[in-house]
Amino acid sequence: MSFLSHLINGISLGSIYAIIALGYTMVYGIAKMLNFAHGDVIMVGAYVCFFALNAFGLPPVVSILLAMLVCTVLGIIIERLAYKPLRAAPSLAVLITAIGVSYFLQNGALILWSASPKVFPTIFEGTIRLFDGQLTIGLTTLITIAACIVIMVGLTLFTGKTKMGKAMRACSEDKDAAILMGINVNRTISVTFAIGSGLAAIAGVLLCSAYPLLQPTTGSMPGIKAFTAAVFGGIGSIPGAFLGGILLGIIEIFAKAYISTELSDAIVFLVLILVLLIKPAGLLGKKTVVKV
Amino acid sequence: MKKIIAVVCAILMLSVSVVACTASNKPAASDQTATVIKIGATGPLTGGAAIYGQACANAAQIAVDEINALGGLQFELRYEDDAHDPEKAVNAYAALKDWGAQVTLGSVTTKPALATSQLNFEDNLFAITPSASAVDVVKGKSNVFQMCFTDPNQGTASADYIASKELGTKVAIIYNNGDAYSTGIYQTFVDEAAGKNFEIVSTTTFTDETATDFSAQIADAKDNGADLVFLPIYYQPASLILKQCKDVGYAPKFFGVDGMDGILTMEGFDPTLAEGVMLLTPFNADASDEKTVNFVKKYQEKFGEIPNQFAADAYDCVYAIYQACQNGNVTADMTAEQINEVLKVQFTSMTFNGLTGENMTWDVEGMVSKEPKGMVIQNGGYVGME
Repeated sequence: MSFLSHLINGISLGSIYAIIALGYTMVYGIAKMLNFAHGDVIMVGAYVCFFALNAFGLPPVVSILLAMLVCTVLGIIIERLAYKPLRAAPSLAVLITAIGVSYFLQNGALILWSASPKVFPTIFEGTIRLFDGQLTIGLTTLITIAACIVIMVGLTLFTGKTKMGKAMRACSEDKDAAILMGINVNRTISVTFAIGSGLAAIAGVLLCSAYPLLQPTTGSMPGIKAFTAAVFGGIGSIPGAFLGGILLGIIEIFAKAYISTELSDAIVFLVLILVLLIKPAGLLGKKTVVKV
Repeated sequence: MKKIIAVVCAILMLSVSVVACTASNKPAASDQTATVIKIGATGPLTGGAAIYGQACANAAQIAVDEINALGGLQFELRYEDDAHDPEKAVNAYAALKDWGAQVTLGSVTTKPALATSQLNFEDNLFAITPSASAVDVVKGKSNVFQMCFTDPNQGTASADYIASKELGTKVAIIYNNGDAYSTGIYQTFVDEAAGKNFEIVSTTTFTDETATDFSAQIADAKDNGADLVFLPIYYQPASLILKQCKDVGYAPKFFGVDGMDGILTMEGFDPTLAEGVMLLTPFNADASDEKTVNFVKKYQEKFGEIPNQFAADAYDCVYAIYQACQNGNVTADMTAEQINEVLKVQFTSMTFNGLTGENMTWDVEGMVSKEPKGMVIQNGGYVGME
């Protein structure tokens, strides 16, 4: 029974990683850049939702939509100001800029909302109890998993079927060829960021619903873990992010429960290293053959 | 939390330094030489840790005003801003020396106090810090004293308290093994618990990086049948632990230390989660003794808020200095070195009754010995456990 309960805990933690990882992998898959500020956009989304709920008393659905709107706009602004001018620059420059944006957002949040932690209100109240209450599954977990699957299917359909989606895939394959085909690469990448940031808002609300402590650094560590999950599952692959996130959560909880709480992170990253040694592209990553 | 404070300080540094410059250029207020004893102190009056520095400065001023109103020995208090930064604290200390400080209240927070206490020692300028709790602040410095418990002391006191009040038989501990404060308390708690009437059945850890999901730690405590969970940690992770315990229907007793203080003032926190949480803190603003009631009333009138533990410690510091000065016949025309010698002898021999404890004494290292008070959270407020 305790095995099952650890498994459920692992899945609920993993579902949070998965939903953040989807944003990472989406931006990486198309724009070919690691947006390290993703975790901090999540934090901004959570703060917007917090104030919409607490200070303005808006209903949860409106608050979440507002958070998505703010994050989408924020994502577009960040992309326009920080990443667009570096479109032709080496990828290392973009990476460092992303880290800079991450710190900018964290410190901006410190000034705006101060370091004192806030407790996120409960949006999804309720737990499901099984086996005479020995097993409990939070409603937040079920909603997070459902949201993950909806987003995953939605993104797959979007990139597969729509015109914009096809343009995104074209940019991802070969930017220069895409330009020759009459695709507006700059606009396509901006749209990618907008979608990724909108997803970040949802992730932020779900993260803080599951773990209701909100402070300016809230997004940074889950962001890094989710990035690990994305690499684990094969970065760029949308189902891979989901799988990687869930597995990472389960491994982390099992390591804590059965081996040692002190070593849990070391074990998580050891597994990551092993996976990457055996499958360098990640679990579901595409093998790329570079022609010389 | 320290990281956050550091970041805030870094951001505020520029603006603060401008303010600090103008503030410290003020001419020394006292022209009437040698009629008052000058008490200097440094603390974070601005920046992320300002809540602590301001509490100390406010409370110390109340104590000084009260003492001056009695006639007899007269004090003058001066707080310099150190923004919780060791370098600024050294500058603030220098400003206090220029002003002619004869006694000091050290520094409010630990990092600056590590820097200034060394100078206090070298300059033979007496210091008693209200709240800098690291052992290294006082260690090897014969003229630096503490009003607060040292970090490891809390572990010993907690174990003794749990044992003597028979609060639990099976104890689980969840602590932050990436944090010196938490690890220090944990270590001494375990040492003291040996041979006591309770058993430690579960010990689990987390770090700042893994401080989101505690399900495995909680499951371990629950599966081992712990009826009391000891949390020698700060209130932010503690709030998550309380929430997650409630979600899985686990309701042991919870026992915290002074890092737990602050949980009730978190914006949006549901106080019912903390109902029944016990903690050891030296000061209880709800206590009904005359001294506390009087202090809390004055503080509220002047500053519009309930004083915290830091405020009470600073208030006690001033009164302890007052008592030592009276016993040792200190007069205002004595030099800092002369007062230093007298106070050193007095502090290691006297017994002091204050807001934060009865019958306090100090050892030669400068560490205080006092009874911690057990508090329990009821209806969103602290209530004494006795």
